Amino acid sequence: MTPAPTSPQLLIDLHEVSVRFGATLALDRVNLALRRGERLALVGANGSGKSTLLRLLHGLVDSTGLRETHRLEPEQRAPVAAMLFQRPFLISLSVRWNVLLGLWLRGVPRAQREARCREALRRVGLEGQAARPARELSGGQQQRLALARAWALQPDILLLDEPTASLDPSAKREVEALIAEVGRDGPTMVMATHNLGQAKQLATRVVYLEGGRLVVDLPVERFFNESLPHEAAQFLKGELPWA
Amino acid sequence: MGLSNRHPFVIRRRAWLAGLGLGAMLCLGAARAQERFIVMASTTSTEQSGLFVHLLPAFKQASGIDVRVVAVGTGQALDMGRRGDADVVFVHDTVAEEKFVAEGFALKRQPVMYNDFVLVGPTSDPAQARGSDIAGALKRLAATGAAFVSRGDKSGTHAAELRLWKAAGIDLSAARPAGYKECGCGMGPALNMGSSIDGYVLTDRGTWLSFKNRGSLAILVEGDRTLFNQYGVMVVNPARHPHVKQALAQQFADWVVSPAGQAAIAAYKIGGEQLFFPNAAR
Amino acid sequence: MPGIDMQMIAYRQRAGGHPQCAAAPRIDGRSAMTTIVESLQLALRLILAVDAELLHIVGLSLRVSLSACAIGALIGLLAGAWLAVARFPGHAILVWLVNTLLALPSVVVGLVVYLLLSRSGPLGSWGILFTPKAMVVAQSILVVPLIAALTRRLVLDGLRDGGDQLRSMGAGPLTTALLMLLHERLGAVTILLTAFGRAVSEVGAVMVVGGNILGVTRVMTTAIALETAKGDLPLALALGIVLLGVVGLVNLLIGWLQPRGAVVREVWA
Repeated sequence: MTPAPTSPQLLIDLHEVSVRFGATLALDRVNLALRRGERLALVGANGSGKSTLLRLLHGLVDSTGLRETHRLEPEQRAPVAAMLFQRPFLISLSVRWNVLLGLWLRGVPRAQREARCREALRRVGLEGQAARPARELSGGQQQRLALARAWALQPDILLLDEPTASLDPSAKREVEALIAEVGRDGPTMVMATHNLGQAKQLATRVVYLEGGRLVVDLPVERFFNESLPHEAAQFLKGELPWA
Repeated sequence: MGLSNRHPFVIRRRAWLAGLGLGAMLCLGAARAQERFIVMASTTSTEQSGLFVHLLPAFKQASGIDVRVVAVGTGQALDMGRRGDADVVFVHDTVAEEKFVAEGFALKRQPVMYNDFVLVGPTSDPAQARGSDIAGALKRLAATGAAFVSRGDKSGTHAAELRLWKAAGIDLSAARPAGYKECGCGMGPALNMGSSIDGYVLTDRGTWLSFKNRGSLAILVEGDRTLFNQYGVMVVNPARHPHVKQALAQQFADWVVSPAGQAAIAAYKIGGEQLFFPNAAR
Repeated sequence: MPGIDMQMIAYRQRAGGHPQCAAAPRIDGRSAMTTIVESLQLALRLILAVDAELLHIVGLSLRVSLSACAIGALIGLLAGAWLAVARFPGHAILVWLVNTLLALPSVVVGLVVYLLLSRSGPLGSWGILFTPKAMVVAQSILVVPLIAALTRRLVLDGLRDGGDQLRSMGAGPLTTALLMLLHERLGAVTILLTAFGRAVSEVGAVMVVGGNILGVTRVMTTAIALETAKGDLPLALALGIVLLGVVGLVNLLIGWLQPRGAVVREVWA
């Protein structure tokens, strides 16, 4: 693994990890080290295991092999992870309540909840919509709300599962810009995407998955400029017109 | 969408109003708890005759006691007494009542009144039952195989019906008449069935007089002495069921055989016709 | 006039019917249509006359069934949500049991509760047999499996869409189920309405444990049963129409409580 240039602190370490769903092998002996401050892009075709890898990093799926989480230095606590999904599940309450729910579920003390909620909504530009039913928002607004919900937790690791895949072009741009902005704040990010343009713009490191195996793992500049293994190159070529 | 902006508040207020209304309604129901009352097990035919609506308010006025009537078949009413679910039993099956006393579930049985049974049937009368001889009518019924609806439900009426067949010399367990049908039901449903199939039914006069759905049925046999139906009242024995409201229940039993109660019974009429004939003094 | 029930005349007179019409001899073989038309007219007159006895019967029906549904909601919604996420040995049997009890005949429930509450039964000391309380108990038992089974289905369907994401937000299994119930609260209201319909229209349970005592435990359905047994079919049908009207009113009230104009946009392809 090539360490990212910024900070070398190891957060999550995967050794020969496999994930099986019934008869299907979703991830096959993956080795991955996630370091603090990295912005990691997971690319690959549909069904290559990107979503599973994200869920694995979040701790949502069972696996065989070794998965280690390391404490943060100097904070001396476990890293807080939050995840964004392709189609965000918003509960049938107001925008504000959706963020508060996220805060409540993570045990944020009551005194801080209101303030963090307001700050998060302001950050994504939804403070004017706080009282509206969340389900009445447009697609882009709903994803921004999901981002606010995640951001309010002040996560150390932000996991994003193809966050703009279902959005129309203008919504896609607004969410991408927001993610880039959030990325500059410094959390460690892992984003699954089939949009290579996003990977180029947002990531510091790119990982290519195929059939559940981690095939390529390179810093972003090298990923797009060096000659890659045959399948990865085919993938790049196939996707490029849409990047 | 103005409504959706303020909708959480509106909904909350409306929900509060509804909740309050519901709470009030539920509380009002609980208000009646502390009155003096007894539970009386009696029969459906007695209730359907309308006697209780006439008689019980008079008793309430005299004593301040509410009588809550649960009307079921005679067998069930006596079973209720045995289980202790009633304070007083008021049915019309002397044999079963005496057995009840013998078993110790009541201390004594007091006769109260009698009414009579009648045989109703289609006006065309295929079995030629018309007259005042019930035994003969039943014999002719069995012979012609005309439709006959029996209650078949362990009730006082059913018991009386079985005794009448026996007295007419017909053994039902050996050979059922061709048209004999048992519905396992109350007097009203049995009459409904008889009305639909133009069959004969043995019924008490009270139910018949109140019955609406007569079809082509009319009274064919009445006045035979064996058709008289004796009522008795029994207070459930507190030795068997200590929770029984003995004092109140005895007040009822005493009132219904007293001159006042007996007069009230005699005063009950449908269409000018007296239904029940008080005979407590005998 | 022979064969006329004085009570019936009084009842219909109170309801505003013409005494002569009520006393007219019945025509044999009258059609079902005539009976239905007569029942509709009688129902209208009963409602307009605001008969005190009818009001009491209607009020009691609503009190008993609404109480039963409130209790059923408390137990059933929680049980249903829990069943959707609980995983323990024998869980499948419990689900099978709840689904089977959905079809419990009301008279069976009535009999079981009667035997429990009878003075000779285990709970006889409560002394609530033949009172509205016993009727509430019986109807609660009747609706809990219904509410639980339907709630479980509702929560399961919701969990398919968002269970994963709630879990990723840190919610434990039961919290996820309850949040999904909150999310699908309109569906939950429909379930409760269904339960209310079942409770208010049943006759077996309330007849057996209540005893159909005039002024104490007589409700709409037992009154209808009584009038049918007495052969007064038009009155029975009229009461049935009134019952339907009452249930319709409750539904209207529920509709008033719902948010109108909620626009759920289908933003996802």
